[in-house]
Amino acid sequence: MAGDIATSARVDGARRRKRAVRLSTGDRIAMTVMVGVPVLLTGALIWFPTISSIGLSFTNWDGIGGLHTIQWTGTTNYRQIATIYPPFWPAFRHNLFWLGALAFVGTPLGMFLAYQLDKQIRGSRFYQSIFYIPVVIAPAIIGLISELILSPQQGLISSLFADPRHGHVIDWLGDPSRSLWAVLVLACWRHASYVMIIYLAGLKALDPTLREAAAIDGASGTRTYFRVVLPALKPINIVLVVITVIEALRAFDIVYIINRGRNGLELLSVLITGNIIGEASRIGYGSAIAVVLLTISLVPIVIFVWNSFQEVPES
Amino acid sequence: MSEAGPTSAEPHGTGRAMTRGKLLATGATGALAAYGLTASGAAARGMLSRAVLADTVTLASYEENAGIPALAADTKLFTKATGIDVKTHTFAHGPFQEQINSYLQGHPDDVFTWFAGYRMQFFAAKGLATPIDDVWKILTPQMPPAFKAASTGLDGHQYFVPNKNYPWAVYYRKSLWKEKGYTAPRTWAQFVALAKKMQNDGLTPIAFTDKDGWPPMGWFDIINMRINGYDYHVRLMAGKQSWDSPQVKAVFNKWRELFPYYSEGTLGLTWQDGAAQLENKQAGMFLLGGFLTGAMKPANAKDVDFFPFPVVNPRWGQDSIDAPIDGYMISKSPKNLAGAKKLVGFLGTAPAIDAYLKINSGNLGSNRRTNTAKYSPLQKKEAKLIAATKHIAQYMDRDTRPDFASTVMIPSLQSFISDQGSNIPKLVQSIEKQKKAIFGT
Repeated sequence: MAGDIATSARVDGARRRKRAVRLSTGDRIAMTVMVGVPVLLTGALIWFPTISSIGLSFTNWDGIGGLHTIQWTGTTNYRQIATIYPPFWPAFRHNLFWLGALAFVGTPLGMFLAYQLDKQIRGSRFYQSIFYIPVVIAPAIIGLISELILSPQQGLISSLFADPRHGHVIDWLGDPSRSLWAVLVLACWRHASYVMIIYLAGLKALDPTLREAAAIDGASGTRTYFRVVLPALKPINIVLVVITVIEALRAFDIVYIINRGRNGLELLSVLITGNIIGEASRIGYGSAIAVVLLTISLVPIVIFVWNSFQEVPES
Repeated sequence: MSEAGPTSAEPHGTGRAMTRGKLLATGATGALAAYGLTASGAAARGMLSRAVLADTVTLASYEENAGIPALAADTKLFTKATGIDVKTHTFAHGPFQEQINSYLQGHPDDVFTWFAGYRMQFFAAKGLATPIDDVWKILTPQMPPAFKAASTGLDGHQYFVPNKNYPWAVYYRKSLWKEKGYTAPRTWAQFVALAKKMQNDGLTPIAFTDKDGWPPMGWFDIINMRINGYDYHVRLMAGKQSWDSPQVKAVFNKWRELFPYYSEGTLGLTWQDGAAQLENKQAGMFLLGGFLTGAMKPANAKDVDFFPFPVVNPRWGQDSIDAPIDGYMISKSPKNLAGAKKLVGFLGTAPAIDAYLKINSGNLGSNRRTNTAKYSPLQKKEAKLIAATKHIAQYMDRDTRPDFASTVMIPSLQSFISDQGSNIPKLVQSIEKQKKAIFGT
């Protein structure tokens, strides 16, 4: 047995060597380019900024003047962010709320819509287009739509249910205890449509005999879905989990359009931008927040990568 | 930040541009005489012929709406008088401000539009601007001393040429006040009494908006200057006084008295919403910069009047206001330094400012020789207010570090409003801690 393995490994190695020898110059150039360019791009666009951000997060720098003007301050930025920077913890919480809302409302809603559309009901294409519109609209436009509906002075809700002409308004954007919920509704609306289209594609690709078999065995619709369809769509489900987490962590545009992510709409991404971009230019401070966001992102990424590698032997 | 630049558009202004151009060309010669650029003056400096001067200066502008043709009229005059071409690059106002750091460190234009006060001093101290003391040798007698001070860097050199400004005051609609029989208050007690009366009349007494983040800074500024005086205000803004102090607490405590009279839903309203409340006679008063009339219909704008913020501490009376100054600076190493200096010098002269204000009205000229005959009655009153006020502040986001203003003060003032001033000691403590971290003191 052991000898077998050794022989096969030797043969394998020899085969590989032979193959390597057969590579023409053209192949080699092609391989170098195909490996080299992505490596260079990843290095320049991902690793260099990431590592510089981590480095800068331990410094105080206003971005003006050469690199010699950077002052090393150790962990001061992190300490200050956690202790004396009022928007940080709300932003942290809001990102978690965002994740919760997308995971428990947006994604299931999208899956539900996809499941219904998959039943070939009349006008399903029409519904599909309607549900898919939020993905096609730029997030900036969603921000503007929110303004039209939610603004206390000119918004639809305030005009219908209050009396802005006489100073009585319903304030869904300025009241920090409510604005996040209003924005989460918008975010879920958009996210659900995104999920719907991906899930619908998965459902369409599903072998119909699976469902027929379940029906013949007398399983109810719900039971068929949870026992047959859901497990069969595992690859799509994983994609949905990843998308949901990514969307929650990179949430930015809607709140930025509404009020630059202040006053109840703080998000980590907005705090990073607010500190680094603009006249403020607290490069070190903003980098430290970015590192916090990176650390949070690493948790789902590591779990995902771990899972994907675990599955390799199975397939 | 105060990106709420003046937005007034003069729709009927452009038709007469040609004749105006001719008229102004003659005025421009006068301006250049004052600036020492007439033929004889140039000859005395070594026969600078027109051919030598026929080069280009680049100008970065964040002007919007009527400001764009107004500045174009100025540069046209300048080219006509000097033979120097001006290449203007117009940027969107907000993004220009946000990218100013990298812009000035990259390949900036020779001349750029900017703000006076701390915001100018910050970049001057970083070596990103060119001192223009020689330009001010000519401008000094033409400019009010407060404007020169606002154009001077921390090192005592001038870096800035003022073009226009506007005051912050309490604006109201004359017809509404006449109808209801209101009179302008002079003291805080009268101010509160008036607000109460308006409330009883079914009005929102004071329009107050803060979705933009910057408008409440004007309230803090003026109440602080009224209670603690201008010098204290300037030191506080420069990070030299503690925010966790009885003086600052007094400001917030006084300010809190007005919450019952403010617009509902303050934090969801933009300044334009506030202007609309005033315009629709839904609100009785509105503390804002003079640019607010630009957001109104011209007929309604004519119905607008103002009073300076009432006296709180008789020791200071009404001796200070916010009146932010806009103008021009020269970048660190301009390609055409001589031309750039000539251009900024020219833009500060009365004829240039007159030409500018003819198209972009709703602002006040910085130069003392500005032709005020063309001002509207409101502008005349505003000019009088600024001239009569001893101390001119530039507005919080121009008087203090930009990072402090945007990352600390905007959220802090918003939380002061959202919790209705219920936790002032904690608020000022938090501001002070963050201030220390930013100013490093």
